[in-house]
Amino acid sequence: MNKNFIALQTILVKEITRFTRIWSQTLLPPAITMTLYFIIFGKLIGSQIKDINGYTYMQYIVPGLTMMSIMTSAYANTSSSFFGAKFSKSIEEMLVSSMPSYVILIGYMIGGALRGILVGFIVILISLFFTHLHFAHFGIVISMAVLSSMLFSLGGLTNAIFAKKFDDISFIPTFILTPLTYLGGVFYSISQLPPFWQKISIFNPILNIVDTFKYGMLGTTDVSIYFGFSLTCALFMVMFFWCLILLRRGTGLRS
Amino acid sequence: MYALVVEDLKKIYANGLVALKGINLKVVEGDFFALLGQNGAGKSTTIGILCSLVNKTSGRVHVFNYDLDDDLEAAKSCIGVVPQEFNFNPFEKIFQIMINQAGYYGIPRKVALKRAEYYLKKLGLWEKRNQPALRLSGGMKRRLMIARALINEPKLLILDEPTAGVDIELRHNLWEFLTELNQQGTTIILTTHYLEEAEQLCKNVAIIDHGEIIENANMKSLINRLHIQTLILDLNEPLDAALELPQYPYRLLDKTTLEVELRKTQSLNSLFDELSKQHIYISGMRNKTNRLEELFVRLITENKEKS
Repeated sequence: MNKNFIALQTILVKEITRFTRIWSQTLLPPAITMTLYFIIFGKLIGSQIKDINGYTYMQYIVPGLTMMSIMTSAYANTSSSFFGAKFSKSIEEMLVSSMPSYVILIGYMIGGALRGILVGFIVILISLFFTHLHFAHFGIVISMAVLSSMLFSLGGLTNAIFAKKFDDISFIPTFILTPLTYLGGVFYSISQLPPFWQKISIFNPILNIVDTFKYGMLGTTDVSIYFGFSLTCALFMVMFFWCLILLRRGTGLRS
Repeated sequence: MYALVVEDLKKIYANGLVALKGINLKVVEGDFFALLGQNGAGKSTTIGILCSLVNKTSGRVHVFNYDLDDDLEAAKSCIGVVPQEFNFNPFEKIFQIMINQAGYYGIPRKVALKRAEYYLKKLGLWEKRNQPALRLSGGMKRRLMIARALINEPKLLILDEPTAGVDIELRHNLWEFLTELNQQGTTIILTTHYLEEAEQLCKNVAIIDHGEIIENANMKSLINRLHIQTLILDLNEPLDAALELPQYPYRLLDKTTLEVELRKTQSLNSLFDELSKQHIYISGMRNKTNRLEELFVRLITENKEKS
């Protein structure tokens, strides 16, 4: 077997073992949070909201909440795991080995993406207790779930590379990602916003990602799915090569 | 063949600290090489660069003819490193730490399992294999770091103060183990503050001070350069009258202990003859400090005066 493949497999097994062993911190919290969202926003408040684009409010928020879980879980996985390794210096085990930087990158990226997709799957399963779902374009659902989980996994990795203390890995999710996600069409259609805010919202990349995913599930969207898909691909490529450069340079890892 | 060739290696840290001022070093294959220096002299920086944990500012490094800039992965596959600080996940089980490290080097699982068992047994950690690393004592953690560094069966083993904080018995066991490893063909580079350790184990030595190599020589020839050694003599009976030793600078530490300086040109026999003439008999004798230590201090002091 190829040496680099064995190295990649080692990182993946380690990452999967890590997030499944601490399932009460990695898989359970998003499941509970999304259940509460479904109960409070979907059932209690949503029952008083009229249909959006032909879907009940509950059905309408499922794609957004699923994508939100995928993004935050993928991000959190790499940022906490990689920074933890940096903090304990066990990252040096990888840095001194003959494993190339791109293997470390792909290993962590896939590890985070797997957690994101697993959490997304759990959220979809939970949503089935509250509403019925159909997938308008299954291929788009899968490709957007995979692409965006990898993208946010790389985002978490970048954050961990630059982070110097544990506070630094919660700053971006709290002050940037969460606001952009809440304003990213998870709970509403931007067609409900005044024209000015509609135009502003288009610049929110998370809106484009969420709405493209929403199109895959519901067949309805506020943005161009071609643009959303291309934007996700482009951001993924940029993040991938940026992370690779950072790892090769040893930014935040080597003095 | 050279296991390591370092050419004009320079390191300036982001804060402006010049850690290495262009050092040159050659270590032949099979050598047991000591890299000595005071704290902050540049030893760990040098080792950090060799195992790519520190980015060099300029210069070239070749490990078994592999250039660190052009053939990084090939060079790193030849190296095993035991850093000064513990750098494993303390919550991970010992056996898993070994298996993961093997995996990072691309070693197939079957081989990794065998090697992990061999080295954990060899270093007395097999019984603890299912315990998380944090439950190990300090000495055991050191041994784990050595076992882990050997998992890829490196041709060059770099040890950065491997016996720091280790008890005497374990230190001697490690010395035996490292000697055996060196005899089997592994090139070893050792940094240590225990100079008797370096003197006993190493064939060649380099002394680094303020980022410069101030001495690079064969251990025996270096020790032979020691012109004066200070001896501590235990006297059979307390000394009452004053001593007459005009050719030997001396000092009485207490009534039964004498400190005497002996030049390279003077023999012990003549010193003993002088003492015997004065009816002073010796029951024991030792060097005041380790010979290498004496030489090391002298070289460092000379370098300080020069600069």
